[in-house]
Amino acid sequence: MQHRKHEPWLYLAPALVMLLAVFGYPMVRLVILSLQRTQAGELGFVGLGNYELLFRDDVFLQAVRNNLKLLLTVPVTVGLALLLAVFLFERMLGWRLYRTTLFLPYLLPITAVGLVFSYIFQLSGVLNDFLHAVGLGVLAQDWLGSTTLALPTVMFVIIWKEVGFGVVLFLARLMSVEEELFDAARVDGANWWQLQRHITIPQLATVIEFFTVISVITVLSWVFGYVFVMTSGGPGNSTMVTELYVYLMGFRYNQMNLAAAVSVLLLLVTGIFIFLELRLRERSDLGVVS
Amino acid sequence: MPLLRRLQRVPGRLSRQLVVLFFTLLSLFPVYFMLVSALKSKADYLANKFNLPPHPILDNFQTAFAGEKFLIRFANSAILTIGAVTASLVVACLAAYAFARMQFPGKRTLFNLMLSLMVVPPVVMVVPLFVTMVRFKLVNTYQGAILIYIGLLLPFSIYMMTNFFQTIPHEIVDAARIDGCSNLGVFTRILMPLSAPAVITLVVVNALWVWNELLIALIFLQRDEMKTLMVGIASMRSRIYVDIPATMAGLLVATIPIVVLYIFGQRYFIRGLIGGAVK
Repeated sequence: MQHRKHEPWLYLAPALVMLLAVFGYPMVRLVILSLQRTQAGELGFVGLGNYELLFRDDVFLQAVRNNLKLLLTVPVTVGLALLLAVFLFERMLGWRLYRTTLFLPYLLPITAVGLVFSYIFQLSGVLNDFLHAVGLGVLAQDWLGSTTLALPTVMFVIIWKEVGFGVVLFLARLMSVEEELFDAARVDGANWWQLQRHITIPQLATVIEFFTVISVITVLSWVFGYVFVMTSGGPGNSTMVTELYVYLMGFRYNQMNLAAAVSVLLLLVTGIFIFLELRLRERSDLGVVS
Repeated sequence: MPLLRRLQRVPGRLSRQLVVLFFTLLSLFPVYFMLVSALKSKADYLANKFNLPPHPILDNFQTAFAGEKFLIRFANSAILTIGAVTASLVVACLAAYAFARMQFPGKRTLFNLMLSLMVVPPVVMVVPLFVTMVRFKLVNTYQGAILIYIGLLLPFSIYMMTNFFQTIPHEIVDAARIDGCSNLGVFTRILMPLSAPAVITLVVVNALWVWNELLIALIFLQRDEMKTLMVGIASMRSRIYVDIPATMAGLLVATIPIVVLYIFGQRYFIRGLIGGAVK
């Protein structure tokens, strides 16, 4: 297409200005902030001092450990989504309605969902009422108020919300697979398990990888809403995560420089996965401009 | 024999149906709980938290609207959503046009760089953004928050519109050009009208994102009369005295726009949210 040399840049300019304002400049600023500290009322460079301080802070280390524990939700989310997608793909009665409903949690605001779940899981909440009603009162727990159970409860809610995305993703991919592929395998006498192992899983491989990477990024850096609303990091920092740590340091305890150092670390870690995701996109021929 | 085989499959099918049904009900339960609790009196709620409201009442909505500056928060959320979604759409479409239909040096690199911004978690940007916004006196303003939202929405929006523009046949554009259309003319008169489905999808997904967003709103709109609905909701839990049915009524009003939109435009949500992952 013919156009003057500068013309593309006219169309790109507004977007580039915005992206530089919201990502470019702040990223530079972030790195600088992370290397500074206010000492005796003056802001000065302290090298990696903030980072050293972080690794001696038990709360920060606890937050990192909790984010790593949250990774346990990833195989559950992926596996469950896979199972449900395969079932729905067999066109079971009412599969469209199931798909619609299973996807709903993914759309609802974490804030509202978190609040509802905190009423479900509180000591005199819905779950415990239910357990008492069916004679399983011994199982009743203070789900969000116990240091051992709070994190697993948060994990449950994360899985609850994220699974639907996987189901819809996998189902969409399965529906684009040639029907003959399945028919051929059935004619060859493949049973259900063989069908899944040799046709479904290989066909879904790239989408499974994609969803896994997205889920990892989610639990490492997009879970602020869950903990902020349901537990505020408690009890006793048992549900503290790095994002909440950034928020508290930066905006409650006025430790902007420490918060910046955590942000840099978080950016580096997610950077690895962002790179992975880009590679996956390229490999599956997506998002390529010609 | 076929009948026998079909009969043999019944238990398998039934158990699969039950598994799916179980998870579907689990997905729906919080919404059900919100709905029935919002219509119960406090006494009815305490007596039974599961049943349908025995004496449905609407008082809770009145309580919810009266307290917490509910309507102001609702309006704030709406202003931010409309502002950020509209502005990001215009900016993204212009950029996508350049990516999809023009050649320039460094295009691929620039596009990939922008793609990588798609998954940068907002939390890593809030500290430097806050420092910057304070300097430009944009904290506690709609403009400041909208600016941040536009930036965060742009990577995905540009990506989606670029992909869509590429699917529009070159012949249509070429024909318009022979008729004397300029680049801008092609963009406004040919590409944009043909892009309605993609635009709707993008608007739906972006609106959902801004409406639901908590972290940015929490940090950049701290003054009470600037707070959004989600920030208002998040602060409800920390109060000592909690009127659960009234809270549920408030949550319901905050969530209902999304559910209604989803019911009527399901395919746009699905297409938009899985956009790019599956072709």
